[in-house]
Amino acid sequence: MSQPSTPIPTCPRALAQLLRVLPLAPLSLSLTAYSRRIAKHHPGLFRRLGVYGDRRFILDPTDLPIVLCLDPKGGRPRVQVLRQTTPHDARISGPLAALLGLVHGAYDGDALFFSRDLVIAGDTGAALALRNAVDDAELNLAQEIAAISGPFARPLRKIIARIEQHSGVFLTRPDDAPAW
Amino acid sequence: MVMEIVCPAGTPAALRAAVKAGAHTVYCGFNDETNARNFPGLNFDRSEMRAGIAFAHAHGAKVLVAINTFPRAGEQTLWHRAIADAHHAGADAVILADAGLLAHAARMHPDLRLHLSVQAAAANADIINYYAEVFGVKRVVLPRVLSVPEIAAINAETGVETEVFVFGGLCVMAEGRCSLSSYATGLSPNMNGVCSPASHVDYHDDGGVLDARLGGYTIHRTAKNAPAPYPTLCKGCFSAGEKTGHLFEDPVSLNAEALIPQLLKAGVTALKIEGRQRSKSYVAQVVGNFRAAVDALAEGRPMPKGMLTRLSEGQAMTTGAYRKTWR
Repeated sequence: MSQPSTPIPTCPRALAQLLRVLPLAPLSLSLTAYSRRIAKHHPGLFRRLGVYGDRRFILDPTDLPIVLCLDPKGGRPRVQVLRQTTPHDARISGPLAALLGLVHGAYDGDALFFSRDLVIAGDTGAALALRNAVDDAELNLAQEIAAISGPFARPLRKIIARIEQHSGVFLTRPDDAPAW
Repeated sequence: MVMEIVCPAGTPAALRAAVKAGAHTVYCGFNDETNARNFPGLNFDRSEMRAGIAFAHAHGAKVLVAINTFPRAGEQTLWHRAIADAHHAGADAVILADAGLLAHAARMHPDLRLHLSVQAAAANADIINYYAEVFGVKRVVLPRVLSVPEIAAINAETGVETEVFVFGGLCVMAEGRCSLSSYATGLSPNMNGVCSPASHVDYHDDGGVLDARLGGYTIHRTAKNAPAPYPTLCKGCFSAGEKTGHLFEDPVSLNAEALIPQLLKAGVTALKIEGRQRSKSYVAQVVGNFRAAVDALAEGRPMPKGMLTRLSEGQAMTTGAYRKTWR
């Protein structure tokens, strides 16, 4: 049995501490607007959810003191940032870096499941549909943020690239270089 | 001769990743019960299939469309339409298992190349030659129950191309004849395209111990931090009397990378990678690995050593039946 060739990074404690005191309502509003932008540019993502498009998902970055509650709502998604979980259909838990790596196609979901870095609970079909839909969407979250940052896009890209290089967290989509 | 790498694609993104990583051929299916990987969020609608095939052809790769479940009585139209749509989309071949479907395809689409799915469990030269003579089958995907000498014996007695699995999940049963999933869920890969359907799987974390249930039955409990297997009955860990163990098969993945030279010598045409349910990350990595291996073999260079354990079920690998060491 081998160990991961590149261990999954954990979030800096400072970020976790910051999220303990940060007001979550503005964050929820921003993420909802952001997810709707993604829905507009990647309609296939929500179409691919099929019958699971009305389920509620909890995305739980286990190294942060918050969870994200995603209601796809048939392509008009809503995201809530919560300090505690709420009733849901499916829950996907793992370190933030693993979840971001999945979104960006750097990690394989089954491999993360085998290694126990990713835990699924609740409606397994819904969790699987979301994972497969996201994998097909070829998202690049940093690029989406840069696209709405106007004159700040260029310096923002540089900052993101530096954080990515320093932390080992996949904040952008690595085109042809899967981590494992 | 370079052996053909046949790679899985569960989504259009995975198809593109496979082609970019060097797959000679990609296999995929429609998003319905006609293919044996009918999982949530996976597969291709008709327009995605047309676009995927066009992309592959533009990059010099082929696309095989798997229509490899068994039609239900009175519902054959769904399967017939899938064959017609694959043909019109420009598929290089369809992969079929059902004799009735093969007859339909041979009659209605005489210029469409036919491959025999592993689901047909054709494991000797007589039956393979029969499929070739009656339906014009050009290639057979051999079941994962044969040793390398047995594969060589088959190739010595048939002109039909053979394709063998070299990486990915293992089925312990004669493929196309396993009903284990049906006993627990009422759904099977043969009829519905789903083995251990996700809709019937439940995971429970019990203090770090991962409890996997299928159709309400606990099929294995994975100790804290131990590698987890797929929730299939054939990989289940059962207790009988005082013994607890994997009754049918250990949760491991097939990796026959080291046997590629022997498979070439045995007359195998194509090497198949399992995993249409896997991500584009898996696809790119496994294809890249195997493409490098067959290229090295063709050029007489030493084969590079792979790094695929991380991607394997249970994070452990076996050469399966190719080297038989039954316990």
